Amino acid sequence: MIPRLRPGVRIHRDRVRDRWVLLAPERVVEIDDQAHAILARVDGTATVEVIAAALADEYEADAAEITSDAAALLGDLNHKGYVAWLR
Amino acid sequence: MAALTAPIGLLAELTHRCPLACAYCSNPLDLVRQQAELDAPTWERIFREAAALGVLQVHLSGGEPASRRDLVEIVASARAADLYTNLITSGIGLTRERMVRLRAAGLEHVQLSIQDTEAASSDRIAGYAGSVRKHDVAKWTIELGLPLTLNAPLHRANADHAADFIAMALAMEAGRVELAHIQYYGWGLLNRAALMPTLAQIERTIDVVNEARSRLAGRLVIDFVLPDYYAEAPKPCMGGWGREVIVVTPEGSVLPCHAARTIPGLAFETVRARSLADIWTDGTAFEAFRGTDWMQAPCRGCANAERDWGGCRCQALALAGDAAATDPACALSPRHAAMRALAEAESAADPPEPQPRRFPQLVVD
Ligand code: SF4
Ligand code: SF4
Repeated sequence: MIPRLRPGVRIHRDRVRDRWVLLAPERVVEIDDQAHAILARVDGTATVEVIAAALADEYEADAAEITSDAAALLGDLNHKGYVAWLR
Repeated sequence: MAALTAPIGLLAELTHRCPLACAYCSNPLDLVRQQAELDAPTWERIFREAAALGVLQVHLSGGEPASRRDLVEIVASARAADLYTNLITSGIGLTRERMVRLRAAGLEHVQLSIQDTEAASSDRIAGYAGSVRKHDVAKWTIELGLPLTLNAPLHRANADHAADFIAMALAMEAGRVELAHIQYYGWGLLNRAALMPTLAQIERTIDVVNEARSRLAGRLVIDFVLPDYYAEAPKPCMGGWGREVIVVTPEGSVLPCHAARTIPGLAFETVRARSLADIWTDGTAFEAFRGTDWMQAPCRGCANAERDWGGCRCQALALAGDAAATDPACALSPRHAAMRALAEAESAADPPEPQPRRFPQLVVD
């Protein structure tokens, strides 16, 4: 499954409040650093597994665990209309 | 003193001009004329100041923002300030070529209002034969890869078409639909008796929304707004006075809420005289109802005071005669039963002829 941000959704650094947010139509959603690390790699070509493998590599963490975290996050964001599945 | 938060949204009322004449329009009765409008360089400064203050999204609104010939320039400056740019439009005044330029300027979201699902009725409500063109605007928006919200302001004449609005949003490939029962400010308050839906209509729209939400999750975001007159609890108006939203009017007045000018005794400052940050921080109109210190019983000391902030000040004024009173939408307000009775009586009676929104006529002796 390949995730992408829906049109009109972008990641933004909220400097005034020192946090990451997703900006979307009529919505501002705060995202934590882990969610940001995942979403920053969502580019419309990488699968969840590829994203998780890259993160596991970078943070020397367990790939299976990151895959399930990423799938849960992206599934939730899909449900709320921020993320679409390409396949 | 309430802790000062930074605003997240800027409502930029670029103009009060609009080719439509919706009787529910929440613009003030004394519309601002074109000669008094802020110019594009001033908006550019406002956007920069807003972003520095903490604003993340700008809602370009009106009136009809496309009535401004310099809209592309204004959008570009909002985007240059790194604001999320949302255009709230009736679609009238947009051409495909203009939308291409708006997109190139960095526009990020189009919120298109439509008055009804059937053309003749839509044109009647808008007082303007433009509903067919709105479909073109929806099509161009999608073709250009921009996200589209279909905005359906609901009232007595169209509340029973909620399911059709949702079907229309799907057909247009909108990502989001806003089924918002209108609130009664400005022209809408003036025309309330003509617009108020019945409780049965409200209940049907709730059923439609609940069913569609579960069926369309992940496909279409459905936002729904109840009219306060039938609510049991008030909405946290604007997310609390002077907490999340800052409004700049066509001529540069800075307001905590777009209806705030109806409140007597409040002095509004202008961007021509002071910075947005200074006005937000200690402008007297912002201080007037910020936090909870201004509250009276039953709001004072209520467990919900920092959740709903006592509801809407303009509605308290309109219905309780005192802007510092509890919003009558709250079941704890002594005016609550009267508000509901008013809505029931108005919605049960034959609707009077609404007064279309228009600029004041020049009186010639
Ligand atoms: S509500 Fe109708 S009349 Fe008022 S600004 Fe919007 S489109 Fe124009
Ligand atoms: S009394 Fe005031 S604070 Fe309490 S719920 Fe009602 S409006 Fe909100």
